Amino acid sequence: MSQVIHHDEHYDPEGSKIGMWLFIFTELLLFGGLFIVYSVYRYMNADAFHLAAEELNTTVGALNTVILLISSMTIAMSTTALQKKQKATTIVLLEITFMLALIFLVNKYFEWGVKFDHGIFPGSEFMKAEMSQGEVLFFGLYFVMTGLHALHIVAGLVIMGFALARVQKGTVHADRPSLLENAGLYWHLVDLIWIFLFPLFYLIT
Amino acid sequence: MQASSKIPTDVSYLEYEGKHKGLRAWIFSTDHKRIGLLYLYSMMTLFLVGVILGLAMRFELIAPGKTIMDAKDYNAVFTVHGVIMIFMIVIPGLPAVFGNFMLPIMIGAKDVAFPKLNLLSWWVYIAGAFLVITSVLFGDGSPDTGWTFYAPYSFKTGANMLPAIFGAFVLGFSSILTGLNFIVTMHRMRAPGMTWTKMPLFPWSLYGTAWIQLLATPIVGITLVLVALERIFGIGVFDPALGGDPILYQHLFWIYSHPAVYVMILPAMGAISEIIPTFSQKHIFGYKVLVVSTLAIAFIGYFVWGHHMFTSGMSGTAQYTFSILTFLVAIPSAIKVFNWISTMYKGSINVQTPFYWAASFIFVFMIGGLSGLVVGALATNVYLHDTAFVVAHFHFIVFGGVGFSFFGAIHYWFPKMFGRMYDATWANIGWLIFTIGFLALYSPMFYLGMQGMPRRYYDYLEEFHAANILSTLGSWVMTLGLIIVIINLFRSAKSGPIAVANPWNGKTLEWTVPSPPPVENFDEIPEYQEKDGPYEYQ
Amino acid sequence: MENEKHHIVPYRLYAVVLLLLLVLTFISIAITDINLGAFTVVGALLLASIKSGLVLVYFMHLKFDKAYIQIMVGMVFILFIAIVLVTFFDYYFR
Repeated sequence: MSQVIHHDEHYDPEGSKIGMWLFIFTELLLFGGLFIVYSVYRYMNADAFHLAAEELNTTVGALNTVILLISSMTIAMSTTALQKKQKATTIVLLEITFMLALIFLVNKYFEWGVKFDHGIFPGSEFMKAEMSQGEVLFFGLYFVMTGLHALHIVAGLVIMGFALARVQKGTVHADRPSLLENAGLYWHLVDLIWIFLFPLFYLIT
Repeated sequence: MQASSKIPTDVSYLEYEGKHKGLRAWIFSTDHKRIGLLYLYSMMTLFLVGVILGLAMRFELIAPGKTIMDAKDYNAVFTVHGVIMIFMIVIPGLPAVFGNFMLPIMIGAKDVAFPKLNLLSWWVYIAGAFLVITSVLFGDGSPDTGWTFYAPYSFKTGANMLPAIFGAFVLGFSSILTGLNFIVTMHRMRAPGMTWTKMPLFPWSLYGTAWIQLLATPIVGITLVLVALERIFGIGVFDPALGGDPILYQHLFWIYSHPAVYVMILPAMGAISEIIPTFSQKHIFGYKVLVVSTLAIAFIGYFVWGHHMFTSGMSGTAQYTFSILTFLVAIPSAIKVFNWISTMYKGSINVQTPFYWAASFIFVFMIGGLSGLVVGALATNVYLHDTAFVVAHFHFIVFGGVGFSFFGAIHYWFPKMFGRMYDATWANIGWLIFTIGFLALYSPMFYLGMQGMPRRYYDYLEEFHAANILSTLGSWVMTLGLIIVIINLFRSAKSGPIAVANPWNGKTLEWTVPSPPPVENFDEIPEYQEKDGPYEYQ
Repeated sequence: MENEKHHIVPYRLYAVVLLLLLVLTFISIAITDINLGAFTVVGALLLASIKSGLVLVYFMHLKFDKAYIQIMVGMVFILFIAIVLVTFFDYYFR
């Protein structure tokens, strides 16, 4: 429909970059709202949060952090490869990023699975019976925040999939890199949020 | 950006049909002008629903005791009235209708930066509106929490809350996308030579608004998600029984919803800043101050949310802080009023319908603003909190501010949008009746609030009877005025006399293109050079 | 608009940044074993902020972007911190 009106191919890489940044701002504030909730309840229940955080497996968390950081580097490198007109390298780097994201999700799945087996999940009777209010809040927030983050990983996978297909087709190339660059920006956002989630849930013990 | 080969430059956007025909040429159009009108028509429809609910409430209050509905229905009616009016009318209001239609033309662009995203925003808006309406029509009863969805009641009530909450979330998404589009448009697509300090004031107000839409809406979004999760799973974040703090809900809700008041009022002020110089035929007084005050309102407006919570049990320190900040935000608003009045001073005032609306905007906005200081001050707030006084203040600002500005703007830009003139006599009669009705409807509520009548009750004591009768009569008069205004506009859009390109001798760019504008607005993108501002009158 | 040449970031810079990020991650894990008392939270947040700064500046190309984009990003973070501070006017003094 739009090509009828805008057939003069309006392409503005800087415009789409700002658009992506503005979208990232909204995402930051979306998580920002949750960080406010977290900080208030942490302030009100410092000891319980301390206790509950020890339930979380630091090794799995650290492993996921390393995975995300590496994936951030590989997607950033894929932009460089695209600009250097190395199409094959671009695709390989994107695929690596894609795989790393999947591994992150698998880890997350097992991590949550263990919690569920221990009776720790939102609305569980075990939590209401055995845990203090602060611990219930901690795990409530843990599931909401890491869950929302995992949703963003899935969204990132979808965007990366599009970028990958378009690079392969050749419609995203050195002169028109916006889609790949924006996929990269989005992926770094996912990384950025995890950089704060990891210490706030796993490390402050 | 060479001239297009297929788009005719002499066919107006109203007549041009691309790939689609009929209705589909509208609902699938990415033309910012058509999208603006789509918003106008959908909002008008929803607005009439909101008005009918408002009339029903006023009719219930014509006498003490049950008149036409009981307490439960009354709760549902004021909730749905609030949700429709706030989330579907006044928040998107001016940006979605006039912002979409006028912003690209006023800055000399062919369209917004992301036209497809713009169309998506409208569809998302419709989806959100639809969701809210389903919560009324289906399920175990209409939402009855008030438009604020306060926890813990919002996840305890048996009413059908989830679609309404999700609908508000979706509407917020539409608002975010529109804001994002506008910011990129203003950054990237201003005509050559139009520097930031030469941009007209309506686009400037949209710029400030867009930032608020972008940075505040996500917070209410996540808050509504938390309420929904609380309802479904019981995660405990706002549930005092599980250690949650309901006051935190109020914080998060108002972190968005107070700035949202500025999403409503800033574009309204922007439209007034266009109307007043045009009908005074004079350069706007203090252009730069108006720009700075717009941004100042947008920024300070973020930090005053707590004045909605003075009686909620916040700490004393927070109460003083929010009260002081509230007084601060009144300053830039007052500066704007001062500048509008100064623009009129020694101008050659052309008294037309848009000017009537603009002048009465200033009047009702002043009353609303000054009563805002009364409720913004800590001591008086404790007395007036949750009384009819707040309802009066709120409607003077939001309905008086946004409504009067909206009607002023639609009369101002009507010739441009539809290519026809409206009937001035009927427009003026409609304005007069509407204004009288408005004042009769809301002024008594100031008195009632000071006498101690609480809001949100379907019943009241006998001593409040007389003022309530006056208020209900006012609602009928106002609706009569509204009907006259709307019928006049509809008739004129179909069969009014053909309008010239610049009926008011305006100086901003939208008056340089034909009425109605061609599909791509400009034959050639205009250039801004020798002029030193957007309002150059002799 | 086509003439705005993109700055091509060399692979090596990305690798160096990743190395720094990993080192900072292990430092933040290591210091949780030391009891820093009230400074535990401060330390963790400080390290996280440095890490996010690296991601923003290098991975997200802010270093090579125009000034107004840098200002926007800075303002958003300042706004968020201010909102948190103002919220704590309530909780801290309650």
